[in-house]
Amino acid sequence: MILAIVLALIVIGSVAFHFVTPWTVSALASNWSSMDAMLQVSFAITGVVFVAVSLFMVVALIRFRHRPGHRARFEPDNRRLEWWLLGATTAGIVGLLAPGLIVYADFVRAPPDAMQVEVVGDQWRYGYRFPGADGQFGAANVRHVRGDNPLGLDPDDPAGQDDIVIRGGDLRLPVDQPVEVLLRSNDVIHGFFVPQFRAKMDMVPGMVTRFWFTPTRTGRFEVLCTQHCGVGHFNMRGAVVVKGQEDFDAWLADQRTFGEQLAMLEDPEIDAQVIRGRNLAEQHGCVACHSVDGSRQIGPTWLNLYDSEVTLADGSTVVADADYIRRSITDPGAELTQGFPPVMPAFDLDDADLGALVSYIRSLAEAPEDRSEPEEMPHEAQAPGDGEEPARGNTD
Amino acid sequence: MAYSAAAETHEHHEPQSFVTRYIWSQDHKVIAIQYSLTAISVGLVALVLSGIMRIQLGFPDSGVVDAATYYQFMTMHGMIMVVYLLTALFLGGFGNYLIPLMLGARDMVFPYVNMLSYWFYLLSVIVLLASFFVPGGPTGAGWTLYPPQAITPGTPGADWGIITMLVSLAIFIVAATMGGLNYVTTVLQCRCPGMTLMRMPLSIWGIFIASIMALLAFPALFVAAVMLIMDNTLGTSFFMPAVIAMGQQLDHEGGSPLLFQHLFWFFGHPEVYIVALPAFGLVSDLISTHARKNIFGYHMMVWAIVAIGVLSFFVWAHHMYVSGMNLSFGYFFAISTLVIAVPTAIKVYNWILTLWRGDIHLTVPMLFAVGFIITFVVGGLTGLFLGNVVVDIPLADTYFVVAHFHMVMGVAPILVVFGAIYHWFPKLTGRMMNERLGQLHFWITFLGTYAIYFPMHYLGVLGMPRRYYAYEDYAFIPQSAHDLNTFITVVALAVAISQVLFLVNLVWSAFHGKPSGDNPWNAASLEWQTPDTPPKHGNWGASVPVVHRWPYDYNVPGAPRDFIPQTDPRPETGEPHGGPGPQEGKA
Repeated sequence: MILAIVLALIVIGSVAFHFVTPWTVSALASNWSSMDAMLQVSFAITGVVFVAVSLFMVVALIRFRHRPGHRARFEPDNRRLEWWLLGATTAGIVGLLAPGLIVYADFVRAPPDAMQVEVVGDQWRYGYRFPGADGQFGAANVRHVRGDNPLGLDPDDPAGQDDIVIRGGDLRLPVDQPVEVLLRSNDVIHGFFVPQFRAKMDMVPGMVTRFWFTPTRTGRFEVLCTQHCGVGHFNMRGAVVVKGQEDFDAWLADQRTFGEQLAMLEDPEIDAQVIRGRNLAEQHGCVACHSVDGSRQIGPTWLNLYDSEVTLADGSTVVADADYIRRSITDPGAELTQGFPPVMPAFDLDDADLGALVSYIRSLAEAPEDRSEPEEMPHEAQAPGDGEEPARGNTD
Repeated sequence: MAYSAAAETHEHHEPQSFVTRYIWSQDHKVIAIQYSLTAISVGLVALVLSGIMRIQLGFPDSGVVDAATYYQFMTMHGMIMVVYLLTALFLGGFGNYLIPLMLGARDMVFPYVNMLSYWFYLLSVIVLLASFFVPGGPTGAGWTLYPPQAITPGTPGADWGIITMLVSLAIFIVAATMGGLNYVTTVLQCRCPGMTLMRMPLSIWGIFIASIMALLAFPALFVAAVMLIMDNTLGTSFFMPAVIAMGQQLDHEGGSPLLFQHLFWFFGHPEVYIVALPAFGLVSDLISTHARKNIFGYHMMVWAIVAIGVLSFFVWAHHMYVSGMNLSFGYFFAISTLVIAVPTAIKVYNWILTLWRGDIHLTVPMLFAVGFIITFVVGGLTGLFLGNVVVDIPLADTYFVVAHFHMVMGVAPILVVFGAIYHWFPKLTGRMMNERLGQLHFWITFLGTYAIYFPMHYLGVLGMPRRYYAYEDYAFIPQSAHDLNTFITVVALAVAISQVLFLVNLVWSAFHGKPSGDNPWNAASLEWQTPDTPPKHGNWGASVPVVHRWPYDYNVPGAPRDFIPQTDPRPETGEPHGGPGPQEGKA
């Protein structure tokens, strides 16, 4: 009897919980209202079955509980009832599946007028690419990836010269414009998921995957990785900023093309020591955890790190001078920056290498005027509710 | 093909020494206990790991583990629970114990292979646990072990841990294959006279079909494991395209990460049913016995088990809807996945229709059986969300998935395991388990797990991704969701600690429990009709039993007692035919 009462309470409680739960889908910001509708259809149909089956059992447990003199009825089967249940179940399944597949057919085909944007993942960050004026992505390959070519564009492909590569910043998209997202990865499988957009897709090295959606609201939305990609998986973050078409166009026109970025790298004035440091940082995988553009990764960013004041895990502060940086490389656990996990292995480098790395980190300082100058975003500035924080220039 | 002479002539010389009797034993009952105790022990390790993970999730400021350790524990927890606990316990434990006893055989067909199966299993467990002590620790790749991540340095244990994991799996598969061949052959060749296939208890049907599935599914994992080891150690590129690891270009080229996923899930989805079908079978027998009523729709139940077994090989890619595979596959796999819901639903209907007009004894095994039904209904229904491709797209890789599979293939089968242990313990030991402790254990476990996993679905609907070490500073996650996580952790720890009740009961009752007699539940099936309890070596004394009816003759009209044992030679009475239909009876 107690069991039956508890089961009844579980059923009532579960249904009540469903209607009052504070945890439900986030406010939709894409065209996929049909996915939300299918979710509700699923809740409705399965909810009815759950209540029916459970309450049937509750009644059975009360009516047919053991009492002196009570006997069970011998009833090996009841073909008619069984076929009837089979039919009803099949009908319920078809009721779920048919509309689901109709919506899915929509998901499979991107609309012909969709703009294309590429998202590239590596441990543990996102990079983005727009096809530029020619509307065509240039060829790309992991083998071309270097510190100054993080997405691996083929430097010799003319179609890629006008591509616009965004690294360490947000993905910007125009509102109400269908977007087909092409996804790549340079190292392991990642996922690309914005809860408010509903649609998601894995990013698989060695192939290009795709999905599409239409942003329907302006604002800033968090991008999450949804495929376990190593120790930094939980902290692989990105953001999509959806703006009006005009703001988007103006922003896009402001970005340097891949060709322009390449030309800047030819700059002879960069110190040889700095270049050596940069190569070392790549070789040893430093840049997998330390960004050079101010974005937060597993470890503290190196941008403007040199000579800045660092708060350590124990609350004390220290100035990040050359000595501190050297100590942090050879014994990272000793003076851990506050708010970062103690995951960095110690690197046993010789003095010359340490010196080169320090030079490189020192070179990663923005000119003072850059630091104070927020990015021009008239549209976003009028809508503080969007919650976008001013981002620094993102085409380093 | 009712039975084979093998059942009669099978003969063993009874082992004499302690070592041959209890250590290097070829007796299926001893091997079953060895399998079960090993599986439960390693399961306790996995339970502790989950508790530590929950502390991290519920109290992220506690600093109980760092991210790398969290992922290592997560991986070991998943793999242990699915493979080394549930698969081993259902097939190696219950399968070994029940197949000969329920079918009237003296032992398995290949006792020596059966013994080897256990020792290989034990070896695989030792290799698995050894990975805690290798340089770099166990792999943190997640139990799915997806490459490239599993073998690149951004993942903990990518050097040694992954190797020990894969080698351990390969050894486990050897063990499972030896066991599985034995179970299948024994079921087909060693049934006692009168025990037709359609007179087998559903427990045996579940274990039988699951064993066949294991023989077909595990080779896919074996192949994947071997190829992944080669990618890792020999530099082949089965699953490895050109990639960068920690800033370095690796030498791999041209492999396909998706190929691994197909192989893994070709094993992985049948694996779900390798665990579920024995649970379905065992719980059917618990419900029938303790409701004192024949299982409703026996034929449908058998065919549903067979249908689920077959269909489960055609649904694997529903784990891969957002993996980047060709999107057109989604249509096929959504349809096949939802079709499998039909035979599964039939089983649920027949369980509750068995209760209907029964004489329900709320014994501890019955409590667990009822708890299983509710848990399985929730887990099964949420499977319809995830199978329906377009509903899966937002929910994939969120806590909805975590809640779903813990309900359907974690908690539900474990509730059956508990119910089955409380049920068959008297046959193993000749003593009853303590009822009070059993009830307390049931209520904490059942209510606790429901409180853990039911609300967790809604975190997934909200969009919280799974396999996250922490959820700091995500704007779309409200504080209340963190609070819920804390609540879940508190309940999870309580449930975990309450399992001590079960262990205490198990050990105490084995020595001090109330003597049970041969058939404390008045059950009709064959294993309760042994001449000795616990059954001696060879099980049946001078001659194997002869079966005259199905195992579900409860409350047959006109019968003097409320059950008729399978060995009762009285003609099959009762109004509707009390056994297999006439046509099948002749088969």
